[in-house]
Amino acid sequence: MAGLRAVLWRELLFFRRRWWTITASSMVAPLLYMVAFGWGLGKTVSLGGVAYLDFIVPGVVALSTMNVSFNAVATPLSIARLYDHTFEEYMVAPITVYSFTAAKILAGAARGLYAAAIIICLALLFGARFNVDLRFLLLLSLNCLVFSSLGFLAALKVRSHPDMTRFNNFLITPMIFVCGTFFSVERVPFPMDWVIKLLPLTPASQGLRAAALGWDLPWTAPLLQLAYLAVFVSWGLKTCLEVE
Amino acid sequence: MIILENVTKYYHQTASVQGLSLHVKQGEFFGLLGPNGAGKTTTIRMLTALTMPAGGKIQVCGYPVSRNNTRFKNDIGVVPQHLNLEPELTVVENLRLHAMLYDMTRQETKRRVGELLDFTGLEEKADALVNTLSGGMKRKVLIARALMHNPKVLFLDEPTVGLDVFSRRKVWDLIRSLNVRGITIMLTTHYLEEAENLCSRIGLLKKGKLIMDGTPGELKQLAGHVVVEQFKDERTELRLFPSQQEALKFAEQLQDSCSIRQATLEDVFVKLTGERENA
Repeated sequence: MAGLRAVLWRELLFFRRRWWTITASSMVAPLLYMVAFGWGLGKTVSLGGVAYLDFIVPGVVALSTMNVSFNAVATPLSIARLYDHTFEEYMVAPITVYSFTAAKILAGAARGLYAAAIIICLALLFGARFNVDLRFLLLLSLNCLVFSSLGFLAALKVRSHPDMTRFNNFLITPMIFVCGTFFSVERVPFPMDWVIKLLPLTPASQGLRAAALGWDLPWTAPLLQLAYLAVFVSWGLKTCLEVE
Repeated sequence: MIILENVTKYYHQTASVQGLSLHVKQGEFFGLLGPNGAGKTTTIRMLTALTMPAGGKIQVCGYPVSRNNTRFKNDIGVVPQHLNLEPELTVVENLRLHAMLYDMTRQETKRRVGELLDFTGLEEKADALVNTLSGGMKRKVLIARALMHNPKVLFLDEPTVGLDVFSRRKVWDLIRSLNVRGITIMLTTHYLEEAENLCSRIGLLKKGKLIMDGTPGELKQLAGHVVVEQFKDERTELRLFPSQQEALKFAEQLQDSCSIRQATLEDVFVKLTGERENA
């Protein structure tokens, strides 16, 4: 527990010192998406019988929380490991790798949830209509945990900062656009629709949309998220025990 | 207190440490010397579970060393080569973070922070952000941080690298006073003068192997107490002799100019590591 408490305290200090930068940077991308797709197309286009603005808000929440949760862990942890070596202070301290991993992943997920709260407020200002119920919050929390644990794993695997940029370019950025965030995956032809459905962001964008618009929740969404979470956490733990 | 038995470590299939065996007793001030790439830092990293050995046995304070073994970690303090403080936290916040990692109580933390700021002379910088401090001050914060939880063993990996002469001597005083208080210390350094001044026992490492181990006096005795230094064919040649008379006798035969002086640990180091290199 000492490790969990210490790492979370450090993250909180960092957040308090940088809250304005963190808040502002969490708003930029979703604001642009909502201006372009919400204002630009939202009033004139509908998808599945729903105004396009209402359709994309859950997608924007999913992609933004993915981005924020991933980068809140991946970037600072890779810098701590490769450049300023502060990672070593935690590895020589009498805390278990489990508590360190849990703290980093929880802190990253918390940053994702903070970003989600900002986006939801922005979407309401833009006039979007959607429900935020327990199912929505559950799927949102799982999405944040999945991507902060992926960020943890990536930070321990990369060998340099350019590696991290490549990870973002080849995995995170494509998911922003293909995982059903701005369109319905059902429109994608076979077998690409199944490939997309298996990517880790798709269950969040589909599940959040179903919860937000009052549709039937695809039961596979939380199961797939839990499976990804289990894989990333156990792989991250194993890597943390071995990383030098 | 510190036991290494037949420890081996490879990096990219090249041996960084080969069959290293070493015992450091409680209260000793042990120095690990060696040229670049000798395996000094790798040895410290293995002793602190930052790197895992490929083979052999490592024990610190009676516990086997492993990444997830929290028991031995409670008893060790580490001053790494890198200035690995949290740059965006203040001096006191860095110390408090360390105290939390070691599960110290609030009262204990407050008391130790006060004591260590006083000990390192950093009271005025208590609330300064670490990235605004000079290199010497950051080193002092690293030492203060390593001492927060009262470790029994302190590992110092080149603790004065990059410091000016005055800061280095201040750090020496700090480290020496810790050993006087009973803390077992293992230090790696490039500065032979540092090892000679501080360490009660020194191990010479070369290419991952321990080539000699003894007190500074013993090492000098093994190689000779008096040195004749001669510049010849664009290189300096050193010859060590057990007595002044023998050195003088040798110098008289030389045609080039030379100097005769007391041997330092550096002379011994150059002779021993050079000999092994040529062997």
